[in-house]
Amino acid sequence: MDKLMTASVFFSEVNWENMWDATLETIYMTVFSLVLTFLFGIILGLLLFLTARGQLWENKTAHFIIGAYVNIFRSIPFIILIVLLIPFTLALLGTFLGPGAAVPALVIGAAPFYARMVEIALREIDRGVIEASKAMGASNGQIIWKVLLPESMPALVSGITVTAIALVSYTAMAGVIGAGGLGDLAFRDGFQRNNPDITLTATVVILIIVFILQFIGDQLTSRLDKR
Amino acid sequence: MISLSQLAKIFPTKDGDVTAVDHIDLTIDQGEIFGVIGYSGAGKSTLIRMLNMLEAPTSGAVEVAGRNMNSLSGRKLREARQEIGMIFQHFNLLWSRTVAENIAFPLEIKGVSKAEQKERVDELIELVGLSGRGGSYPSQLSGGQKQRVGIARALANNPKVLLCDEATSALDPKTTDSILDLLVDINQKLGLTIVLITHEMHVIRKICHRVAVMEGGRVVEQGDVLDIFRRPQQAMTKEFVKQVTEPEETEEALRHLFDDERTGSVLQLTFVGGDAQRPLITNIVRKFEVDVSILQGKISQTQHGSYGSLFISVTGPQAEEAIAFMREQQVEVEVIHGG
Repeated sequence: MDKLMTASVFFSEVNWENMWDATLETIYMTVFSLVLTFLFGIILGLLLFLTARGQLWENKTAHFIIGAYVNIFRSIPFIILIVLLIPFTLALLGTFLGPGAAVPALVIGAAPFYARMVEIALREIDRGVIEASKAMGASNGQIIWKVLLPESMPALVSGITVTAIALVSYTAMAGVIGAGGLGDLAFRDGFQRNNPDITLTATVVILIIVFILQFIGDQLTSRLDKR
Repeated sequence: MISLSQLAKIFPTKDGDVTAVDHIDLTIDQGEIFGVIGYSGAGKSTLIRMLNMLEAPTSGAVEVAGRNMNSLSGRKLREARQEIGMIFQHFNLLWSRTVAENIAFPLEIKGVSKAEQKERVDELIELVGLSGRGGSYPSQLSGGQKQRVGIARALANNPKVLLCDEATSALDPKTTDSILDLLVDINQKLGLTIVLITHEMHVIRKICHRVAVMEGGRVVEQGDVLDIFRRPQQAMTKEFVKQVTEPEETEEALRHLFDDERTGSVLQLTFVGGDAQRPLITNIVRKFEVDVSILQGKISQTQHGSYGSLFISVTGPQAEEAIAFMREQQVEVEVIHGG
């Protein structure tokens, strides 16, 4: 706390306790929605890939429906999506306030975005490798678990890193509808109360979170990539 | 071991149907190395992919190791495929797995226990000559080593048949030879039936017992490799045989000689098996009043004996008789100039 007190001489208007709470809320929203986005994004991306022409589960109708879903939800500006999803969030969680309530909107907004990256990552896999696995008698499940996912893992991880950073900025917008977090703090305490110190500090904290996420993602990607 | 009857594959395209494989009948025996040669587009790749149903035939039947492949589906087909190994031009290894893990892959698919997997992988690494490289990733290996991993992987489940889809086409000549030697070694040690497709006659000459020549989706000629070399019937076959017997510069060098009036008759002699070692030239020089000069010669080994081709020019008063004499021997004689 000593250090924080020293800092408060320069940023006297900043309430460090609020800042810390807001940071935790942002991290909470990001991590929770990131895990779910990773899961749903991979499922959606796999479905997109597998139902495409010439793939294991080729299915024109399914591919069209999933593709349309992904495109629609990827195109709606996030701030509008949150508002549109308020009834859904209410039905699901009974409230649309607080960091937890932001998660459904965050996942629904980010998963389609990540799904496209998953699809691209899967398409990068050499068809010959999938063919070789078929020739060895692998089932579709084995091909998904033992070939598609491990072979595309570096791209999946670098994709989730990009998505994580997008999610951090989505959480800032989610703050507007009462989810809390750094975005909310910067907007209400900083902007609306004319307190630029708070806005600036919140920005720096968000940047630090982004840098840390990018660093972790880069490290993981390079460790996984054996090409 | 393998029998194909009236096997056909037709690909519908915007410009109409394309017949890739045109009603082929073929039998491949247990333990033999059978080669299919043809240029790209001849249908050989589609043919080999129909042996393990990577490509579904339009019509006809495929029988491999007593199983009627095209009647199988689902689990039955996957089980049948586990008994057919396959290697590829571009190796198709999983780069996210080490050499040992790549070789273990088909064992995992089959559901072999971890302990057995390890034992079998060690055996296979030894067999293909990659001892000590089990922990390397494919990206750390040369092309030849990658193909060795491919071979080990294909053999993991003790298949009855090994399919080789242009397995040496991406390798340099020296590495190609070492991979071919390994295939012969495996064929002899394990009694494995090998089917390979290639566009290089060198590969056929070096390791195949029998060969089928494909053109336009059909087998235009087939037989023992040595017979095909001795008496190629079809133009396509002759072209392929030339790949091995005549270095590219031969024709040019000989044509140069044709312009010289003193050259006399130029003959191409083809010897097969034991004949390749007989002193034919000495005989004719002793028996007839002729001068013989050797223009070019080459002996190649096949799995069923050696095969030689010799270009000579014959001059002198008894040249006609000498040629007639040679024709009576077990030697193919073709007069390519004069005479």
